[in-house]
Amino acid sequence: MPGIDESIAVKVGFAEMLKGGVIMDVTTTEQAVIAEDSGAVAVMVLERIPADIRNDGGVARMTDPALIEEIQAEVSIPVMAKCRIGHFAEAGILEALGVDFIDESEVLTPADDAHHISKHAFKVPFVCGATCLGEALRRIGEGAAMIRTKGEAGSGNIVEAVRHMRAIQNEIRRVNVLDEAQWMTEAKKIGAPYELVRRVAEECKLPVPNFSAGGIATPADAALVILLGAEAVFVGSGIFKSDDAPARAAAIVKATTHFADPSILLEVSRGLRPAMKGLDLREISPEARWATRGW
Amino acid sequence: MGYARMVEGPVGVLALQGSFVKHAEILCSLGVQTRQVRLPEDLQNCVGLVIPGGESTTMSHLIDDFALREPLIAFSRQRPVLGTCAGRIIMARDVDDPRVIPLGILSCKALRNYYGRQINSFTAPVRVPFDCSSRPLDAVFIRAPGVVECGPEVEILATHRDQAVMLGQGHHLGLAFHPELGSDPRVHAYWLKGFMP
Repeated sequence: MPGIDESIAVKVGFAEMLKGGVIMDVTTTEQAVIAEDSGAVAVMVLERIPADIRNDGGVARMTDPALIEEIQAEVSIPVMAKCRIGHFAEAGILEALGVDFIDESEVLTPADDAHHISKHAFKVPFVCGATCLGEALRRIGEGAAMIRTKGEAGSGNIVEAVRHMRAIQNEIRRVNVLDEAQWMTEAKKIGAPYELVRRVAEECKLPVPNFSAGGIATPADAALVILLGAEAVFVGSGIFKSDDAPARAAAIVKATTHFADPSILLEVSRGLRPAMKGLDLREISPEARWATRGW
Repeated sequence: MGYARMVEGPVGVLALQGSFVKHAEILCSLGVQTRQVRLPEDLQNCVGLVIPGGESTTMSHLIDDFALREPLIAFSRQRPVLGTCAGRIIMARDVDDPRVIPLGILSCKALRNYYGRQINSFTAPVRVPFDCSSRPLDAVFIRAPGVVECGPEVEILATHRDQAVMLGQGHHLGLAFHPELGSDPRVHAYWLKGFMP
């Protein structure tokens, strides 16, 4: 069993290698191959993409291991999978399967309505969603090696991803100007471990990479969240709910690299077939929003 | 202080995807100016180039999407290149996987994911020949590549178990691990010393 420092170096180091990349949700081997051929840095294997989970209703659970194994055998890039919040038995199965990253995800129906998984004990790294700094630091305290802002998965609407990225960046800047005597009160206020509040105050960034997820549907959406501070993007329903997945996937990869070059963004945005239809957030009642799942 | 006065232009860091910011931070800690390279014109006036860790398939795609292949090969004939992990795969002559088209800067064949998946990633002390203190590097291996069929022009500078984990060829360096993670600048300093005026 490696020491905790070594374990963190290897887990957070892997998250560093995914920076500047696009992680794509896939539900079949065929989609996984399209994702890899389009330049994805990793695939996230799901039985249903978030937009379909939202439409179908019911309990959303970990993906069938057989599908994950099939995709592991087919692609050379990292393969990620989701477990339900608090469901450490599902996480154990995914670790035994050798997935490269586990997403303890609000997109699936939570298994525990009060606790998340204690992630330090696992050798496989975890990514968790967050809507604010306190939530991000609680997940890191539990052992998450990567944070993704939640957005509203399956909506095809970037507004929540922008809200959460701005919220976290604003809070980081605010903590950065606090004096040392204020750190403990801040830790109490936002419900975060003191030691991590201290690190954010001193380094003015999260202690682990911060990616963006939930609602990214176009190359411009990817560029926007990177310009707002995301270090990479997860694209869920946005690719395989669109009319021309391979072209859109490749365009989002290019936009993620050249996020600050409007002439390249113009080039890759031109002539794509329609994006997913998406939802106005007013169409999703507050109780039906997934971003509120997380404690 | 550091190397700032000795290096005549910026060191380029290929910024298509991966740990390019970490490399720039280490170079910055040595007093070296860096430039992110995403397009061929970004290579102009660069005195060296770092190809970072990341996903080699993604980098291989973006190299061709933005017409970087010939400019990168031409650059490597004039200037030193440092590649880490995926960067070393991109620098190889051959790769065991047709999904990656390498640049042919280092005379060797790269084996992708040689050690397995992320659960097989590890850290290990690696002895390096260039440090008189002989303190080993805390090397981080992440889904790291292997190497076989090294040409006679390749010098093996460090090994771990049965594998050459640090290769030199002229002023070029290729590593299986990630000296950009953490804050130990010795590998970057060694590479820079190799082409200082």
